[in-house]
Amino acid sequence: MILTLIKQSFEYMSSQTFTDQDFNKEVKQEKGIVLVDFWAPWCGPCKIQGPIIDELADEVKNAKIGKINVDENQQTASEFGVMSIPTIIIFKDGKPEEQMVGVQQKENLKKKLAGLTA
Amino acid sequence: MGKTSNLIIIGSGPAGYTAAIYASRASLAPVLFTGREPGGQLTWTTDVENYPGFPEGVQGPELMDKFRRQAERFGTEIVDLAVDRVDFNSQPFKVFSGDKEYHAKSIVIATGASAMWLGLESEERLKGKGVSACATCDGFFFKDKDVALVGGGDVAMEDAIFLTKFARSVKVVHRRDVLRASKIMQERAKSNPKIEFIWNTEITEVLGENSVEGIKTKNNKTGEESEIKCQGLFVAIGHKPNTGIFQGQINLDVKGYLSVNEHTRTNIEGVFSAGDVNDHKYRQAVTAAGMGCMAAMDAERWLEGKKE
Repeated sequence: MILTLIKQSFEYMSSQTFTDQDFNKEVKQEKGIVLVDFWAPWCGPCKIQGPIIDELADEVKNAKIGKINVDENQQTASEFGVMSIPTIIIFKDGKPEEQMVGVQQKENLKKKLAGLTA
Repeated sequence: MGKTSNLIIIGSGPAGYTAAIYASRASLAPVLFTGREPGGQLTWTTDVENYPGFPEGVQGPELMDKFRRQAERFGTEIVDLAVDRVDFNSQPFKVFSGDKEYHAKSIVIATGASAMWLGLESEERLKGKGVSACATCDGFFFKDKDVALVGGGDVAMEDAIFLTKFARSVKVVHRRDVLRASKIMQERAKSNPKIEFIWNTEITEVLGENSVEGIKTKNNKTGEESEIKCQGLFVAIGHKPNTGIFQGQINLDVKGYLSVNEHTRTNIEGVFSAGDVNDHKYRQAVTAAGMGCMAAMDAERWLEGKKE
């Protein structure tokens, strides 16, 4: 029981993985703030962004934080006009509010999230 | 605050990590700041074919990961933050990141250089919407599309060739009628049937509302203006040194590069420099690594001299 609880809280804390299949449910129909990192394995700067997103997910509690691999999920990337990675989009109540291109530092992302949750 | 380190290294390209490898092996316990582009310019490339020791070539990000692990192995303290401000007016030297302050007896500056942009309003507006400086990241989004690329150096040729894997056509727009790129890269680009060169031409505007639809160009010999239809514009026009935070603290040359004497010394005792931040001539991973080694050895000797 305790183990399950620990496991659940751990899963909640780390960043999530989104796909074309669950993007509707997990992001577009989600009430509140969702931050999505669009990335791909061949992209050097994305490898820098990835761990920053993981840390952010560990520290930010009032938003859902996740990643989507554009190579495997081209439909979502194209739906939001992503033509450069890493791109980060912050959704509020399912609507894209903020779109950023290039590696973003954690502090900057925290500020953006705070601005939207305020 | 608190402790004063022997050495702070600012930057995490080949120069910074090599300085860290040498300094940590010399038991200086250096602290390295990775900065806004951790791993530096090589993280933007794919195949690195001219770094010795890798006969089959090596991926840029993979090479930089190896550099980092080698620096860590000997006890370098790696700080994944960017330096916002420095104070080199008195000992110990001070380095500021966010609201934190770090002190050191000596410094190696290895902040390198970052990609330059054309500086057009329309280019800025369409960044991430077809305008890119990272062909290896974004080429994928231009499958069967027509793209333009501006530049004439090795990186430009490498990017153009890379883009032909995805794009239907790549038009290389260059402001002169000769390329700066090495012969081997020129030959590879010129023999690629998907690449077309447009000489003596400058880009005056990137066209498109929500995404790139073309570019406006001007021939700088004839003055003739034209438009080229394309869905992407890749910018590979070179780099500028990352010396903004050192302005007013250290001597820079007219182009904004750090000025060095006796290989790696800046005008401030105890502050050394390595790599593209002071080198606009060679700008190679291997030369940057070599200079990083030199800067660490110079810093070590300088620290030794202070003790006596």
